[in-house]
This record gives sequence, structure tokens and C-alpha cells, in this order.
Amino acid sequence: MTLNVDSMYQELILDHYKNPQHHELIDPFSAEVHHVNPTCGDEVTLRVRVSDGIIDDLGWDGQGCSISQASTSVMSGLVVGRKITDALELQERFLELMQSRGTTEITEDDEETLEDAVAFEGVSKYPARVKCALLGWMAMKSAVAEAEILDEGTSS
Amino acid sequence: MSIDVETVRKDFPILSRTVHGVPLVYLDSANSAQKPQAVIDAETDLYAHHYANVARAVHTLGSEVTHAYEGARDKVAAFLNAPSRDEVIFTRNITEALNLLAYSFSNASTFPGAERFALKPGDEIVVTEMEHHSNIVPWQLLAQRTGASFKYLPIDEDGRLADSAIDELITERTRVVSFVYQSNALGTINPVARLVAKAKSVGALSIIDAAQAAPHLTLDVQALGADFVAFTGHKLYGPTGVGVLWGRRELLADLPPFLGGGEMIETVDLIRGTTYAEPPHRFEAGTPMIAQAVALGAAVDWVTNLGLHNLDAHSVALTGYALEQLRGIDGLRIIGPAENVDRGPTISFVLDGIHPHDVAQLLDEFGIAVRAGHHCARPVCVRYGIPATTRASFGVYTTNDEIDALAEGIQKVQAMFS
Repeated sequence: MTLNVDSMYQELILDHYKNPQHHELIDPFSAEVHHVNPTCGDEVTLRVRVSDGIIDDLGWDGQGCSISQASTSVMSGLVVGRKITDALELQERFLELMQSRGTTEITEDDEETLEDAVAFEGVSKYPARVKCALLGWMAMKSAVAEAEILDEGTSS
Repeated sequence: MSIDVETVRKDFPILSRTVHGVPLVYLDSANSAQKPQAVIDAETDLYAHHYANVARAVHTLGSEVTHAYEGARDKVAAFLNAPSRDEVIFTRNITEALNLLAYSFSNASTFPGAERFALKPGDEIVVTEMEHHSNIVPWQLLAQRTGASFKYLPIDEDGRLADSAIDELITERTRVVSFVYQSNALGTINPVARLVAKAKSVGALSIIDAAQAAPHLTLDVQALGADFVAFTGHKLYGPTGVGVLWGRRELLADLPPFLGGGEMIETVDLIRGTTYAEPPHRFEAGTPMIAQAVALGAAVDWVTNLGLHNLDAHSVALTGYALEQLRGIDGLRIIGPAENVDRGPTISFVLDGIHPHDVAQLLDEFGIAVRAGHHCARPVCVRYGIPATTRASFGVYTTNDEIDALAEGIQKVQAMFS
């Protein structure tokens, strides 16, 4: 089947939707968050385990459209094993990309750092679906923030 | 005479446009119908040649525009077979029509002569589980303001009202029964006569939400027998911004106003207080939706010329064909009545393993416009344990070819996700 070249439904997105990564709630974990998208009912429960400023592991469960599920899957693969500061930098760049309404050029640097996540570039042209792509990323951001607060609490 | 769809389609300029390089297949008429040229022209013509404010100017334009606005009321009154034109109130949409009633009922507790509309703790308001939010929330708010209880008639697995519940839930305590004629989420056409008779037998006010019914079912208010009937213009091939509340004259005569302002008054006195105009103007505060009401009149003319019985025959035929086509698709489950009996041209469905938003987005790539979500009737999705549905709905301009395109599109979406 042929779709418009700028379609948001890249093969990679469908692959992640069918075979999501880190799609299991981990235990033990440092923090758990539950995020919902009230307009369409998409939801994600996400757990992270962090130590020494690094995301040791992340797992999630949820239901929703292919964009939200695939984006959460791609995000998971990108941030596990990474420094929290780096993960949050990626999150910011991804957010910027999603809010660009299709006007941002994907740089070589983006392709190197965001890897598979650049496949979601097409989503930015569909304002109604941007929040789907962001669901897992926002959940990750909240979860690591929560984990860091807890971590500070126990180490002080 | 039946409808010649190809001729009808020529009346709708938008149907000749393309989406993503392919012809538009518009299957979202239950959400809002497209507009025939006659309706577009009516609104433009009023602004271009006759525009001024209504009812308060003595000049020629003021007189012409008032004639056009009140003429639209006459057209709507005839469309509804209303005993009197004074029973037709223009509102912004059906949501405002239902809110007008709910707020006027709560104003009744402090309004001399309006006691019959006042609700108190122990009284009950009954709706159905298949209502859209417009016929739920205003009544929940009214219950909150008055202390009355809010109840609903449940629906069964096939998307029909459970008949036994009608007698169980509509009782001597019931004061208001407000229900949808045809469900926007399921397509179900409700047993209107049974519900109105039951409400009457317990002395409750009956209100029919006819938003989805108006485009193809005859709304003869005398035959329906309800106390109030409401519909919206934009689903009846008319413009946005105008709806209609019809009410029995003797009820409207005692009903307190909802919004206060110009046009709804008789005498305003800063010391003695204000007295109010007779219906319908008591319920039309401020400058109304003049051009939209006039264009709604044109929509009523357009529909009447085609003949509602013809529109309904077309709707029944399309629905039967679509049910047949969709039933043949593996992994597709229809949410709503499976048989083409007491059923409107609105079909909700879910596909195994594919989220409705993805279905709608991908169908759009093929030029097919459908709706995905809970259709402002979230309790229906809760009832069937699903987050959302994809909904295809048909209008006078819908063809069997378009239904074929839908079936084909659905199968392409399935192939993509397989």
C-alpha cells in the first residue's frame, strides 16, 4: 500500500507498535508514574530504576494508539543505560521536534542522538497527534524527576 | 420518487474537492452535515442585500430582515407540524436548547406561577445510557442545583434500551424524562412513543433530543406527543450556530426565562422590576443568530423539497448496505444494533488490535473522513468496555461506492497492521 511520503505511519513505528520494547513493568524500581491523555484516553504506567545519575532500567505498560505506544517503546530503548541528564536532553530535543509543526530540519546530530525517534518527525505535522507521541517521553521525565527526589531523600 | 444521489451531490460544492489527492469521501455527517449551495446562498444573500438587526428597527432593512428571520420560524414550525409558530425558539444549538430547559426549570423554584417546573429532593430526572454529553451534563447540573436525583435507563448488548427498565425507572417520582431519538454513538432509534407514554402516565415532562433524527425522520411534534423537542441546524444541512427548541405552548407560557437581556422583555423597570415577553421571544435574549436562522429556513426548504420519506428510504438502504459490507470484514465488531431495524445511518465499530485513532487517521490518507473517539457519549464506550470507536455516518449525498471505499480502506488499514 502506498501512503503519502510525509505520512506519520513509518514502517518503524508500526514495527514498534507490534513489538514494543521494555513493555513490562520492572521490579524493583525507584519510581512509578501514570500518565493519561484525557482527550483520547491513551495511558501509560512507567517505572524507572536509577542509581548514580543513570537510568539502569525502565519498563512500561499502557494502552493507546500506535503513535503513543511506538513512541514510548522507542524512547525506552534510547534512555535505558543513559545518564539522566542526557535522557532529559533527548526529551527536550524530541519535544522541540514534535512542536515544530514540520518546520524543523532533522540534522545529522539529531539522527545520531535521537536515532529511531526521528521517525516520528511526520507526527509534528498533525497537531492533534503530537500529544500521542509525547505521552511516554513526558512520563519518563516525571518518573526520573521523582526518582531523583527520592534518591536525594535517602542519600542525605 | 426516490432520491437521485448524483443530482443531489451537485448541490454540495465541497463534495467536488479532493483530500490528499483523492476524492473526498465524507462519512461524518452525524458529526456535522455538509451544506447545499442553497443554504450557503441564503446566508450570503441576507448579508449582501437585507442585513440589519431584527425586530427593533423601523427602516426598510430592519423590516426585511425581521420578515426573513420570522419567516424562518414559520418554516421550522411547518417542518415540525407545530400547532403554533410561537412554540419555536431559536437557540445556538441543541446543547443550548437542552440547557435552556434545565436552567429554566431551576429558575422555576423562585418564579411565581412556574411551580410545575420546580424540582426538589426526592424528584427524579431520567435519561438513557446512550445520551451524548449534551443530554447528560445539563441534567446532572440541574440535579445538583435542586437536590433531585439523576437516573438513567440502561442499554443492552445490542445497543437497545432494556425495555423492562423503562417501567422500573420511570415512576411517580420522575419529573423529567429526556432521551435521544436516535443515538449518535450507536445508531439506535429509540421507542419514542413508549417512552413519551410512560412519562405522561407518571406526570413527568418528556423531552426528545432529535439532533440525529431530524435529517431523515419526520418530526411531527403533534404525533410525537412529547412536551419538548430539540434539534440542531448544522446536522440538518443547515449552518452552524442555530438550533431549535420546540415546546408546548401552554408549558412555554409558564416557563421562566433562562437568559435575560434585550428582546425577551415586556417592560423593564429599575424599581418595579421587569416583566417578560411572551414565547418565543422570552427565550431569545439579545441579538439572535439572524443569518443562520434564515439559512436554516433554507435548509428546511431544501430537505422538504427532497421529501423526508425519501431521505429516510435512502438512509435505510445505505445503512443496510453498509452493515452487510462491514459484517463481512474479519476482526471488525459493530458496536450498536446489528440488524437494520430501528436503526439510523450511523455505524460505530472497533477493529481487533488497531486503535480507532489510527483507523481514522489512516482512512483520512485515502480521503475518507470518519470520526474516532467516544463521540461525546463516553458512557457508551464505558458500557462496552472499549476506549473509543471508529464511526462512519451517512447523509443524503452518501453513495454505495463510498461505503465500498470505506470497506476497502478498512481492509487496507488491517493489512498495514497485520
